[in-house]
Amino acid sequence: MAEGAQDSESGAATSGAVAIETRDVTKLFGSGETEIRALDGVSLTIRENEFFTLLGPSGCGKTTLLRLIAGFDHPTKGQILLHGQPIGHLPPYQRPVNTVFQNYALFPHMTVAENIGFGLEMLGKPRSEIKATVAQMLRLVKMEALASRRTDQISGGQQQRVALARALAPHPQVLLLDEPLSALDYKLRKEMQIELKRLQHETGITFVFVTHDQEEALTMSDRVAVFNQGRVLQVGPPHEIYDHPCERFVADFIGDTNFLKAEVLAADGQRAKLRLASGAEISAALPENIDADGQVTIAVRPERAVLCPQGKTALLHGELHNIVYCGTDTHYHLTLPDGGPFMARVQNTRSGQALFGLGEKVGIAIEPEAIQVLRD
Amino acid sequence: MSAREEVTETADAASEQRTADTAESAGRAEVRRHLLLSTPALIVLFSAASGPLLIMLVYSFLSAGPYGGVEWKISLDGWFNVLLQRDIFDESLSIADAHISILWRSVKLSLLTTLTAFVLGFPTAYFIATRPQKSRNLWLFFITIPFWTNLLIRTFAIMEVIRNKGVINTILTSLGLIEEPIQMLYTDFAVMVGMTYVYLPLMVLPIYASMEKLDFRLVEAGYDLYATRFKVLRRIIVPLVKPGIVAGSILVFIPALGAYVTPRILGGGKNMMLGNLIGLQFGQGRNWPLGSALALTLLALVMVALLVYVRSATKSGDGHG
Repeated sequence: MAEGAQDSESGAATSGAVAIETRDVTKLFGSGETEIRALDGVSLTIRENEFFTLLGPSGCGKTTLLRLIAGFDHPTKGQILLHGQPIGHLPPYQRPVNTVFQNYALFPHMTVAENIGFGLEMLGKPRSEIKATVAQMLRLVKMEALASRRTDQISGGQQQRVALARALAPHPQVLLLDEPLSALDYKLRKEMQIELKRLQHETGITFVFVTHDQEEALTMSDRVAVFNQGRVLQVGPPHEIYDHPCERFVADFIGDTNFLKAEVLAADGQRAKLRLASGAEISAALPENIDADGQVTIAVRPERAVLCPQGKTALLHGELHNIVYCGTDTHYHLTLPDGGPFMARVQNTRSGQALFGLGEKVGIAIEPEAIQVLRD
Repeated sequence: MSAREEVTETADAASEQRTADTAESAGRAEVRRHLLLSTPALIVLFSAASGPLLIMLVYSFLSAGPYGGVEWKISLDGWFNVLLQRDIFDESLSIADAHISILWRSVKLSLLTTLTAFVLGFPTAYFIATRPQKSRNLWLFFITIPFWTNLLIRTFAIMEVIRNKGVINTILTSLGLIEEPIQMLYTDFAVMVGMTYVYLPLMVLPIYASMEKLDFRLVEAGYDLYATRFKVLRRIIVPLVKPGIVAGSILVFIPALGAYVTPRILGGGKNMMLGNLIGLQFGQGRNWPLGSALALTLLALVMVALLVYVRSATKSGDGHG
């Protein structure tokens, strides 16, 4: 995907021009023994009008990258380009990029309307224009009634909206969002996810969204970049990241996954014949840049595994040791003959008892397309 | 029987009331205990603050004794002489120019001192607040070091620096920049420099305390929203640390207005401030009532200044304590 898309044009083929490009960006903090490599050669291409998500566990470097784009920090090595122009040397107040901060960072000594108008005021816009834009922004985030409130007199969700409106008011070329939903409760978060998508659609601004919540990343993004330890592991649309994780970390971080060991019997570059620990043989697609030799790890999503009576078409078999009923679906936890765990998720299409009982030996059927060979 | 009925009735009423009464008396006992516990504090407050003030108030309405002290004869001369003076020969009244100019100099120098202390103290506080957590205490320690030395010695040290044959003039002369030494000692400038030096920590510390609580992400948010460094300072940092600035200004202005040692040593005889004038009345002037009236005038000035300042500070920035 965009990983390795060094020249700005190559990634732009499908949807418009490139908004932001990072070229081999490295950021070191500290020096000597305490040196921390926050970012390690990150090259990304973010397209215009895209909802792009930087996903990873805390400390993986995603927020550091956001701060580099915003201009609060400067890269140790590498370049950051905005619409093809290097911006690495510009102070934050000269970049047409705005940020929604994790804690919102609303100015406590100003009203809601003053907060929203601050950016425009600093840009030296005429008073009438500021007033009109602020009114428009208040309408956009549905906060008209609270315009003259102080920011400590409104709820967390409302502060979130004000922070959004404040960052959107100067109509930046790129909006950076640093885990903006993490402080909200579950229901509000769900609402804001939809709201953010709507705002992105209505304003047509490129959104760069940082989160550690894989569900958030999957539901909102056009494309996701998965980070770990300062590196980009995989970039792609949510379904690709979910269905075809290329590395164990990606498969493990996003959703639930079963990992199985397999032996490569034969490989022809695109497909490989594998033998599982159970002795069953199966053919599976190989990801790019893989060293298909000897042992590999394969990933199977729990919902792609089908439980069936033992024997028939089963690829694997195991003993049921736990059944967790979750409303929409039921999780079957099995123990494979080699002692390894396996989880299968079955949707509850009708009410009633679970299909199998505890302690029962059941077969597991897996289609070849559901098997993803990992690069690790 | 009627008496007996009455008794039972009252008993009934009493029992009904008892529950309420016990709660109330418990509350009263609580109040009494609190009063008892705060007695030492009240005694200190009275003997150290209101007591002397009361004495001064009384003295200001008495007549001056010929060798200092007061005569117990009610007189308004003390208050009268604060701003007015009676001609020795024809007894005609005129404004006491000397007092007015001393009053004006006191207010002017105190304001200038406050301003200078702010101009120097604000960046200092900002510098300390933006250091790593570990080194902040060391910087604060440096700020408080001058407090360890006696005020008199510190003032003489300044005198040594700015006098005609002092450090500054010697260096300037030896460099050939000036022929004649610059007269700095015994001027208003010297008094202001001395007071700024003495009171600077009182400006730095409260501003630092406010600045330390400042969320520097707000500063980043300001930069992000196109505010330049200066605009971030003026629109975000200064309004948010305003409580510290107000506290620091009050802490500098008030003692500066009543300063005694600094103007006495660095201002010489002719650049008196209110504190010196008051001191004079209790000493060589032998006019205790006038001294008391002047001291109370100073007190009133301070209170008015405080009221104005606090009023203006709370109006624009309330709720950011």
